[in-house]
Amino acid sequence: MLTKLTNLREDTVSPTRSEISLHVNGKTHTLSADNRTTLLDALREQLGLTGTKKGCDHGQCGACTVLVDGRRAVSCLQLAVAAEGTAITTIEGIADGDHLHPVQEAFLELDGYQCGYCTPGQICSAVAVIQEHAEGWPSAATDDVRPGAETALDAAEIRERMSGNLCRCGAYTAIVRAVAQAAGNPVTAETKVMA
Amino acid sequence: MKEFSYRRATGVREAVSLLASDSGARFLAGGTNLVDLMKAGVETPDQLIDVRSLPLGRIELRGDGALVIGATVTNSDLAAHPEVRLRYPALAQAVLAGASGQLRNMATVGGNLLQRTRCGYFADTASPCNKRVPGSGCSAITGENHNHAILGWSEHCVATHPSDMVVPLAAFDAVISYETVDGTGEMPLAEFYPAVGDTPQQETTLPAGALITSVTLPAAPVAARSRYRKVRERASYAFASGSIAAALDVDNGVVREARIAFGAVASRPWRAHAAERAHRRRPKRSVPPPTRSWQRRNPWRTTGTRCHCCTTWW
Repeated sequence: MLTKLTNLREDTVSPTRSEISLHVNGKTHTLSADNRTTLLDALREQLGLTGTKKGCDHGQCGACTVLVDGRRAVSCLQLAVAAEGTAITTIEGIADGDHLHPVQEAFLELDGYQCGYCTPGQICSAVAVIQEHAEGWPSAATDDVRPGAETALDAAEIRERMSGNLCRCGAYTAIVRAVAQAAGNPVTAETKVMA
Repeated sequence: MKEFSYRRATGVREAVSLLASDSGARFLAGGTNLVDLMKAGVETPDQLIDVRSLPLGRIELRGDGALVIGATVTNSDLAAHPEVRLRYPALAQAVLAGASGQLRNMATVGGNLLQRTRCGYFADTASPCNKRVPGSGCSAITGENHNHAILGWSEHCVATHPSDMVVPLAAFDAVISYETVDGTGEMPLAEFYPAVGDTPQQETTLPAGALITSVTLPAAPVAARSRYRKVRERASYAFASGSIAAALDVDNGVVREARIAFGAVASRPWRAHAAERAHRRRPKRSVPPPTRSWQRRNPWRTTGTRCHCCTTWW
């Protein structure tokens, strides 16, 4: 009965619903959704990709972080209908088949989590942080933002750049080490970071 | 959230025509403020016109040295742009001091200017708020208001404009270009945010139905030596308790040019023209220490310390 009702609704042409084509982790999915559907809800409820987590649902915690065209974004403030035409990577698409991404390896090796709820968002964010730093993007922790004066991805830079991802267990110390190790900066990874 | 229809505009003229034909329509860019307020039931558009695909995503250095920033340039791309970091470092610093990496990748320059001037009560539909429901009263004046406006407020609203980006834009005399169905126009940022008065719901002077197309920063050599400083209640990812964008050009010990603007103190960025004038033409190091007679004539200036920037004795 519920299925029939749902189908009935989806078949009805409504200006507040859209046929959406989403390109997620290399595959294209077509779905019909209410325009109010966020990318986060579309991923979780319609595509079954529950690795992306819902925390605050207001863009403040970072648990729902995914990569949109290679850039990190909070999927809870991204409307699914507006995400059409972009390439989305979720935590399910970060690894290369059975080979974990270096960031995933580092989080496992260095215990970059406790309960694990924020971890998919932390990992997606960290993958982008390493990329952004490699491209020479400064941060609020960068003393001199002028081009050519780039600094190393040290603990202060990692903390600032990862500040959009909250961890209520407080695993930040290990998260900073894991991101540093994945970025190939073992000095920072070994540094004892005071919380 | 209220139901809405969705259209993706492909051209600026199409976008402004679509908006003009539906009084309940709003432009959608990054959505980091609008979608959040729609979830809270504060914003209730009937239609969203997505402007992210418009060809307004470029930053160009003009022949006269001005920098033209397209309205859909993301905060991240603005802060990472070499010309911005070289010519207006305080702007790059301000943008980087705002929000989080994820939000900066989504948010746009046009949307940043048009984000709602707000406080916690604005997003709380259970509380009176003159901005949300004109005439309903201000909850903040007698409530939680320790980070609220200290300049330019009225008894109707004490909310501050949350943007870091607009503070250096104010210091560097930014000009906003827009388009309506009637054509194009521009206005200085200094005239963009009106005084609060008794209409706090009126947050900008942008003509009805206008789409911001770009922000132009005139050539300003002084901006190459500029900084943005922000004080907030945690180390990162928080609105400012107070902030400042400042630029100083010192030639042979004399201040040739100074630019100062404050953030998070008012419903708009607060340009400190009087402070700028006080700095200009002041020798940096040749002010003698106060004499006894000077101290007698200026009894309130008794600390005996020197101002870091203008070296006046206080």
